[in-house]
Amino acid sequence: MIEFTIMAWILALLAAAAAIYAVETKDLISSAIAMGVASLVVSIMFLLLQAPDVAITEASIGAGITMAVFVYAIGKTGRWEE
Amino acid sequence: MRKLAGIVIAGIFFISMMMLFYHLPASHDLSSNEYYYRNPINGSVANESIPEHYIKYTKNETGAVNAVTAIVVEYRGFDTLGEVTVLFTAATGVSFLLSLAVRGRKREEANLILKEGSKLVLPFILLTGAYIFIHGHLTPGGGFPGGSVVASGFLLMMLAYPKFFMKDRISWFESAAGTAFVVIGLLGLVLATSFLQNFIPVGTPGQLVSAGIIPLIYIAIGFKVGSELSAIVNKMKEVQG
Repeated sequence: MIEFTIMAWILALLAAAAAIYAVETKDLISSAIAMGVASLVVSIMFLLLQAPDVAITEASIGAGITMAVFVYAIGKTGRWEE
Repeated sequence: MRKLAGIVIAGIFFISMMMLFYHLPASHDLSSNEYYYRNPINGSVANESIPEHYIKYTKNETGAVNAVTAIVVEYRGFDTLGEVTVLFTAATGVSFLLSLAVRGRKREEANLILKEGSKLVLPFILLTGAYIFIHGHLTPGGGFPGGSVVASGFLLMMLAYPKFFMKDRISWFESAAGTAFVVIGLLGLVLATSFLQNFIPVGTPGQLVSAGIIPLIYIAIGFKVGSELSAIVNKMKEVQG
């Protein structure tokens, strides 16, 4: 049980750090990748909380498709936030 | 000033989310729930809460081993139709907005490892996606996860081959799958008692062919979600920057 708590805390802190970095950075590509990392960490959290179906969805949509849509959109506009 | 307002709004949101935890079943006794299960067919009210009913009777009533799927497709099937409609509306909006933009394709070659590796991996990704939505009533998963895995497979192809292009004919799949969902629901209304009611014998729980209409609906949702998400990503790729 204690291992679960430690792992959950590490994952939660990682997700929070990635989310804050995604908001604060000026480089939009890094921001999109940080969002993907946050989604991936949250999907591992879902797996630990015994919701594998939600974990599959979060991993493929959050870390895959959403990030690709963002990267395509950033490629069409500008990379740096003003 | 704007930052302060943002912090206050985020704080209110955080506190209300935390208050939600108080109402989760972990801190409450399941049987103390005041909402009792009402039978949709004869209207009788059982002396047990809705979660208790799902835990006890899902397997016999629907034939699905995976109770989450049974709730999503059978007990709450109408909500799922709404979810599919939301996704459909989003995909329609994206394709409408991006059809106004100039279409053009940049033809940059991807590197060798990505090209050959994606050729090797794509069949397995598609197989995994199909497995997830066909086995929705047996193992965790279902139409939405399976469809998104299929779409991520096509995303890999789009990254590896810039010439890879999905024809507009993919929207036929989308329409056919959506129509199949509604037709199965209407058949339930005609052959059984209500919309999306099961009208096929449930069979033995745990078999691949069991659980009545759940696998059929999930195959339709899998095709629909897969084709919609790949169409969205493809439209984003096609716009000229």
